[in-house]
Amino acid sequence: MMKLLMMSLALTSMCSAMPPSATDVFAIDEPGDAGFALRVTFTVPDLAATKEVRIERAATKAELAKDANMPWIVVATVDANAGIEGVLVADLPKDESNDGANANQTEAIAFRVATVGIDGEQAAFVESAAVIAKMNPFIMKRLGLAVSVVVTCASVITWILLARAGRPVKLRRIAALDAVDEAIGRATEMGRSVLFVPGIQDMNDIQTVAGITVLGRVARTAAEYDATLVVPTSRSIVMSSARETVQAAHFAAGRPETYKEGNINYITDEQFGYVAYVTGQMVREKPAACFYMGAFYAESLLLAENGNAIGAIQIAGTAEPSQLPFFVAACDYTLIGEEFFAASAYLSGERDQLGSLKGQDLAKAITAVVIIMGCLLATFAAFAPEGIAARASDSFQSFLGG
Amino acid sequence: MTNTSHSNHSSNATQSSGIRGFLAGLSSLDRRWIFLGVALAVGIPILLKLSLPEVPGPMARATFNAIEKIPSGSRVLLAFDYDPASQGELQPMANALVHHCASRGHNIVFMALWPLGKQLADKTIKDVLKEFHPEYVEGTNYVQLGFKTGNEGVIKLMTTAITEQYPNDASGAALTDIPLMSGVNKLSEFKLIGTISAGYPGAKEWVQYADGASPEAFTLVAGSTGVQVSQLLPYYPKQLEGLLVAVKGAAEYEMLVTEKYPVARHQGRLEEGRRRMGPQLVAHLLVIGLIVLGNVAMIAARGAKGGAR
Amino acid sequence: MLKRTIPILILATSGAILVVAYFSPFTTNWSEVVLMWFNILAAVAYVLGAGNLLAVNLEKVSSRRAGWAYALITLVAFASMLTFGLFKIGGVPSEAHPDVPYAGDYESTQSAFGWVYEYMLSPLTATMFALLAFYVASAAFRAFRAKNLESILLLGTAFIILLAQTAAGMFLTGWIPADSVFAFLRFDSLRIAITEYIQTAGMRAITIGIAIGIAATSLRLILGVDRSYLSKQ
Repeated sequence: MMKLLMMSLALTSMCSAMPPSATDVFAIDEPGDAGFALRVTFTVPDLAATKEVRIERAATKAELAKDANMPWIVVATVDANAGIEGVLVADLPKDESNDGANANQTEAIAFRVATVGIDGEQAAFVESAAVIAKMNPFIMKRLGLAVSVVVTCASVITWILLARAGRPVKLRRIAALDAVDEAIGRATEMGRSVLFVPGIQDMNDIQTVAGITVLGRVARTAAEYDATLVVPTSRSIVMSSARETVQAAHFAAGRPETYKEGNINYITDEQFGYVAYVTGQMVREKPAACFYMGAFYAESLLLAENGNAIGAIQIAGTAEPSQLPFFVAACDYTLIGEEFFAASAYLSGERDQLGSLKGQDLAKAITAVVIIMGCLLATFAAFAPEGIAARASDSFQSFLGG
Repeated sequence: MTNTSHSNHSSNATQSSGIRGFLAGLSSLDRRWIFLGVALAVGIPILLKLSLPEVPGPMARATFNAIEKIPSGSRVLLAFDYDPASQGELQPMANALVHHCASRGHNIVFMALWPLGKQLADKTIKDVLKEFHPEYVEGTNYVQLGFKTGNEGVIKLMTTAITEQYPNDASGAALTDIPLMSGVNKLSEFKLIGTISAGYPGAKEWVQYADGASPEAFTLVAGSTGVQVSQLLPYYPKQLEGLLVAVKGAAEYEMLVTEKYPVARHQGRLEEGRRRMGPQLVAHLLVIGLIVLGNVAMIAARGAKGGAR
Repeated sequence: MLKRTIPILILATSGAILVVAYFSPFTTNWSEVVLMWFNILAAVAYVLGAGNLLAVNLEKVSSRRAGWAYALITLVAFASMLTFGLFKIGGVPSEAHPDVPYAGDYESTQSAFGWVYEYMLSPLTATMFALLAFYVASAAFRAFRAKNLESILLLGTAFIILLAQTAAGMFLTGWIPADSVFAFLRFDSLRIAITEYIQTAGMRAITIGIAIGIAATSLRLILGVDRSYLSKQ
């Protein structure tokens, strides 16, 4: 009899339409975030009888002024278990009540939470205290990245200072850069021009900047050899910058009178319009040396294959990984990724710049050590998912922003 | 007898060196023959309408599931980051993606980081949205924001202030007056962002600047050209939940979409990817043949040099 | 002196702001201002480009240099598109604002601008891109030679990927049951293994190298150690 009574009670409880209301409803300002986010935590007394939980927030003064009939705004409907970790409600509206003084925070916002039963009936709302979400000076989840930025910068700066203090800096030779003189010399002997393509991106792309620095060296050698250098550009700011650089190179070579502004022109921003012009010029003028230094996309193979067909010596440099195979296949020399960025420092021969290359290598070595550590931790964690290695692996990953 | 034998041997040797010489000569084959071969390899299957069945791979399934899993009626941002040059490779997936989003009832916001991307988005709206989903109303169910210059800067600004980057939509209507964009000022207010990308700025920039800023706020999926995919693979499946790779990815995704959401007419618009796989197969076989031929020519040339010594 | 110092100062300040803004929400607005400045400068630079384009081509036409007819076509095309776009010739009036002149859509194919885009620019750029198929085949023929062990591995990988990217992959190895011990020999499995493990690992290494290279180069520029992009005058 007792058993029957218990069973009937259990059944009644399961079929009961309304679940018990949520308890311990709190709103907390999320620490170390970009601001305007609050975390809502709550407890659901009967998980079995609760299908989901409905969360609403109080409308701000500005929102109430727009629509006074909407004092509460639905922000989320979540699983009953979600209350333990809490639900992050982001992008809350700024406090506009005090013209900028409170611009970095929200008004005090209250939340209310209601449990919804299996058959959809909703229990009474339970309200939290009103809390202000403040903007934080630092986004904590980016700490790992910040540390890596600091480490990279520190290694580069340290090596610049060491090089300045006289510490010898030895670098391996980069064949593609050593071939620059040979290529321009050949063009001079053949009485043909030298073509330099600084990519198709603007000066805000670091690859274009790197390309322009290589142009400086190419232009100086061309000026010394009295070879004609042609630079078609696909951005007007790049044209302007290339003109400055080539003119400076002619001054440095002691031949300012040979500088011809008209050889450095803007063609078009349109990718394939630019390629059509450059390849057309290649076929007509048949330059003996072609340099492709900058950001390249689909045009890389079109340019390099045409250069190959006219028998030019071709030297390319780019940090676009997807275009590297094309340049490697069709050009005589290719600066691959980081080599391209090292080119400017390598060609300058200045101690500061050479030191920065060593710093770059140090940063790379540190990165390799971090990767190996991560791999080892993840491997150990795979063998013992509950062990210390797993916890260390998780912490390591979350520190690095994963 | 000996003479005859010698003569036969000599004739065989001449014949063999003739074949070897011919093969060695292939090393310097005029590239126009190769161009002719490619034209035929692509042109004939197009004319014969050669279409082959595709088995959807995990990346196409992941993209399909990403759009399926967000609640119906969600706000979705689709960035058309390509131009007519890569239309052949990317338009099939753009068509399928828009049809899929609309079939699920999502509200779509179109934009472009490439100047000519806006026109391609317009074309997709006309060919797919208005054709298969005439119930979609501009301003309520979809919005065309158009192109904005500034590359990744546009994405960065949109993470915090969409209305500063786009005060109006492409037709000039203030964003604040558009029901679909009412109160929307951050990328995190979208449930899903899809980018169809042919290079820079594109999927990589969306990962770095949009997903990097608020990784948990929305799902990011991308469609990309085959050549660009090597740069995106490191981001799949963590940052990029779905990734459609070139025509094959489009063909697989089309199969999944049309299987669940078939259309009554103009099915061809949602079969473009599959139609392009026929020419791709023959072209790939030609490339393999050319590589083999190039190597045979190289070996023959080596042999010829050895013989000459 | 000022010609070099002021650009370096602008670069250093903007660079530092953009880096700090990523970590501190308080400076986000500053970074937005920096980015807006760049957008404005980039837009103004179009005038510089257009001016140069006109100057170069007008000079070519007036001096009747070789290829002057092409320069003339460029000038005509430039002037036409500028006129079509600025005056919205043939533009469709806006439904929302029929009374506001120039509020209409100038990009539909009914307008001159849209027509040129749809029926001239679009096919021309697609044609240029399609040339890649021809060049890829010719480059593959010339460059893919089995000269040593590494190039043989590269060739084998290329064959697998080329076949697996089409229905040929399924046709050749699709008969191997997906749940058998030999399933890894299926072209689709091999393709996934090659792209997701080997290629991605290599690409990550290159990408990390590039990222550190970019960081070091940016730092050289921000600190003013590398000034090679500036005039030496």
